[in-house]
Amino acid sequence: MSDWMWIVAAVVFVVVGPLVGCLLAGIDRKISARMQNRVGPPIRQPLYDVRKFLAKEQVTPNLVQDFYVMCFLLFTIVTGALFFGGMDLLLVIFTLTLSETFLVLAAYSSGSVYSQIGAQRELYVAMAYEPIILLMAICYYLEFGSFAVSDIVESGEMAFVPLLGVFVAFLFGLTMKLRKSPFDLSLSHHAHQDIVRGMATEFSGRTYASLEIAHWYESVMLLGMMVLFFLNGSWTGVVLGVVVAVLAWILEIWIDNGFARMKWQTALKSGWVVGLILGVGNVAVLLLI
Amino acid sequence: MHYDASSCNGCDIEVLACLTPVYDVERFGVINTGDPKQADIFLVTGAVNDQNKEVVKQLYDQMPEPKVVVAVGICACSGGIFKDCYNILGGVDQVIPVDVYVPGCAARPEAIIDGVVKGLDVLEQKRLRLQQEKEGSK
Amino acid sequence: MNDILFMMAVPFIAALVLLVVKNDKARGYIAEVAAAIIILSSVWVAYSYLGEPQTFEFHNEIIDMLMFVAEVILGLAIIYLGIKHKKYAASVLGLVQLCMSLYFEFALKEGIETERALYIDDLSIIMVLIIGIIGSLICVYAVGYMRDFQEHHRDEKDRRRWFFFLLFTFLSAMYGIVLSNDMVWMFFFWEITTLCSFALIGFTRTEEAVNNSFRQLILNLVGGIAFLAANMLLAHQYGHLDLTWLLSHGPDAAQWVLVAVMLLCLAGIVKSAQMPFHTWLLGAMVAPTPTSALLHSSTMVKAGVFMVLKLSPLLTGNLGGYMVMTVGGLTFLLASMAAISQSNAKRVLAYSTIANLGLIVACAGVGTPEAVWAGVMLMIFHAVTKSMMFLCVGTAEHHIGSRDIEDMDGLFVRMPKLAMIMMIGIAGMFLAPFGMLISKWAALTSFVDCEYIVVIACIVFGSAVTSFYWTKWLGKLACTASKAENCEETVHKQEWFVLGVLAILTIATCILYPVVSSETIVPWLEGVFHTSGESLVPLLEANNMYIVILMAIVLVLLPLPFFGRTKKRVVPNYMAGVGIDDETYVGSMGATVDVSLRNWYMNAWFGEDRIRKVGEAVTAVVIVALIVAAIAGVSI
Repeated sequence: MSDWMWIVAAVVFVVVGPLVGCLLAGIDRKISARMQNRVGPPIRQPLYDVRKFLAKEQVTPNLVQDFYVMCFLLFTIVTGALFFGGMDLLLVIFTLTLSETFLVLAAYSSGSVYSQIGAQRELYVAMAYEPIILLMAICYYLEFGSFAVSDIVESGEMAFVPLLGVFVAFLFGLTMKLRKSPFDLSLSHHAHQDIVRGMATEFSGRTYASLEIAHWYESVMLLGMMVLFFLNGSWTGVVLGVVVAVLAWILEIWIDNGFARMKWQTALKSGWVVGLILGVGNVAVLLLI
Repeated sequence: MHYDASSCNGCDIEVLACLTPVYDVERFGVINTGDPKQADIFLVTGAVNDQNKEVVKQLYDQMPEPKVVVAVGICACSGGIFKDCYNILGGVDQVIPVDVYVPGCAARPEAIIDGVVKGLDVLEQKRLRLQQEKEGSK
Repeated sequence: MNDILFMMAVPFIAALVLLVVKNDKARGYIAEVAAAIIILSSVWVAYSYLGEPQTFEFHNEIIDMLMFVAEVILGLAIIYLGIKHKKYAASVLGLVQLCMSLYFEFALKEGIETERALYIDDLSIIMVLIIGIIGSLICVYAVGYMRDFQEHHRDEKDRRRWFFFLLFTFLSAMYGIVLSNDMVWMFFFWEITTLCSFALIGFTRTEEAVNNSFRQLILNLVGGIAFLAANMLLAHQYGHLDLTWLLSHGPDAAQWVLVAVMLLCLAGIVKSAQMPFHTWLLGAMVAPTPTSALLHSSTMVKAGVFMVLKLSPLLTGNLGGYMVMTVGGLTFLLASMAAISQSNAKRVLAYSTIANLGLIVACAGVGTPEAVWAGVMLMIFHAVTKSMMFLCVGTAEHHIGSRDIEDMDGLFVRMPKLAMIMMIGIAGMFLAPFGMLISKWAALTSFVDCEYIVVIACIVFGSAVTSFYWTKWLGKLACTASKAENCEETVHKQEWFVLGVLAILTIATCILYPVVSSETIVPWLEGVFHTSGESLVPLLEANNMYIVILMAIVLVLLPLPFFGRTKKRVVPNYMAGVGIDDETYVGSMGATVDVSLRNWYMNAWFGEDRIRKVGEAVTAVVIVALIVAAIAGVSI
């Protein structure tokens, strides 16, 4: 693909990303409801919610939180655009960390105990999954000789088989990254297992809407990373990738509904053990062959 | 989408029953949340007393406009059988403006859902009024 | 050449002057003028020798003689101080070193003359700039800081003259280390920095300070002995004592060259506070803040990494390389973990310094041009950012009365400007798109290229841990729930000036790093690795570089129109309906209760002692085993 195709891809992500993400969020709520034998809300409910938040009276706990949230949304979009624009995977990961940091800062800045506890928990969940994502990038590099997403795609080979270890590890990390139970320590979709509202306790109106929109972008980008494992230069890879990504999404919903929240020790321990065994193991295998 | 209680727990359990598969209030997009800053509807069960009147007031104040208060159960509506107790101030409307009254002891889930959906209409009207005021002030 | 000599002499002359001047005001002026001259002369030297590496014929029997005499006197002083404070280990090591240098001087050094005692190349120029600019800025900061310090310790004798003498002498010695081609000279300056920092750490003369200063001395004497042993080995086996000769070997050098290189690296590892020797740097925290800033950012530890980076072309893929890489990588991981468990800001900074130096050392151990590029970049960014962080903590300590991170809650309200500078510093330490991250990125790439899985794992897990402890601190600073008064008014002008300059430098180096890279580091790498610049370009591809710089610019500009401005109504926090304001709530029985929340330290996981034991055992075994293997002639 030529350069401008990648730019188009990035633009498409920025425009279409939230729509897909919104749809995914709606499907999530619907499937969850069906799993609990409920009817559930309409698929478009997340969209209604965000529209409602945008229209509400705007309040804020302090003068700076808005800025942090704005940066969080901005850099989440940038992260996704960089990924779909075929840029360096490490750059994508580092930008993701940057946006994450802004979210944590926004939560910290209010000084509310609830959101600070959420922020701290977000930090150690991040500590648990970060090695996995970095190791994934390293494995790509060892296999394709480049960190750039465009090079990986254009190589025309499927990464899934040699990168099986990190694929499984990434699937595991996805639960943390999407903040699904049992690792939804910082911010849960389910009111019954959160401390008030976790990190988002002091978010309201537009800031809360930004958070939701950023989540939509993030989900799409993470599933995009999932698809990347399967691309093989032809449309079969794309179809296979999308199918697996959708299956992974449903698996995450199932896990979300099937488990109660676990302790941070479990999150950290399991994240690191998975990273160490599957991630580093995969690196070792790639180094040997 | 939020509720608070100072009742005998009869109504509270019925409110929770609304979330169960049998009644499934999420059909209407309603979620139970613990955070007033993201809430639209303030569901109150039980009467107000000296201890909790400040709490109810503060929670109400922390909800951004537009907002709706639904009093669930007869105690929340008027004080119910506790009305003449030495420590009871009366219904929720003694402290904050109430938009929808849901009677019953305990209020039945169907009645609560009905009240909440009525509350959604009130919410929409309030939103429109707010919008008009905003445009009017421009 | 005279300009270089002038540059080296200025700090020492300033030191002598400051030793006699008693008046506080005069001291301030002298320090400021001296700092200005140091900065200007270092910039001048950098400007005139940039891209022109050369050695200078400079040989003088008298100077050699003076150095030797000074060395003997200092050796005797160490022995005496060790006995006086009942630190016999120091005396014994001092004695060993003294005997070795006497033997070396009279038995081995006969007939070995290094005609070209001084040299300069692009790496030295970078060091000169770091030392000259950051070092002297710290000295200026120290003027204001020590005034406060004396206020706080009114009942003690004013020994500030001694303090400033040490600071400036230190700078001179550092120049000596980075510009000496004669390894005997280099060793002399090396020892001077050890002794200066010994005196600076022990400056307050409390029991803790004395103990820590001796720990520093003992560990660094071990490094000094390793250095001397390397010198003896080179003199004995090859009859050469100049650095250029040593560097003309490749990574597949003869056995004894390799052993000597490994010993020199050991000296560098001690000085750069790598495990198992890292405890001295933690102990150095008892000293007044300018000391810590100086030791951590521009001098002392930088001498250590300078040594290892200098020798890096001799380390590619051999035993020495593996030793340095393993020690550096493990130190990075373990020190980052230990930083989590700390709440004392200075200790967090100390651990983070150790960790960052570990990364630099590991880069040097990899010994490929890309890795060394990353190492040098890290060194530059670290010097600027870390000195700023230390000075910030020092200023905060004097104004809020604590150096505990928990007490910095709401610093954003109490000292907004300082908190902003600190936040820039912290962001610079670990966040994209700022400096440290760019180099960490390059480091990661080169580690993967060298295919040594231990360092790969170390950097991957280490990075995750690093962002944890920095963000944790950042969050504390950013918290705005505080009614405390603004207490920033009383900060000295010098302190503001220095902090401001450093903050601007932090941002400027981030935005201008490609220039720094292409003007200094790449030419140097081309010279020492005999490669062309072409092969170095893929390090960070052009478009990545532009994106990073663009992001940095956006991040700098974005706050201007948006930061701290909102049209929204500001409301109090949610506090379960019983909040009074953001800081207090109504507890049971109507009592007013303060809100307080502490950070996570996870002592059971990342406790200092636990980490220290593991780290010391593993790294010590690695160092000993690999040096023994090299002596036994094993090659890989």
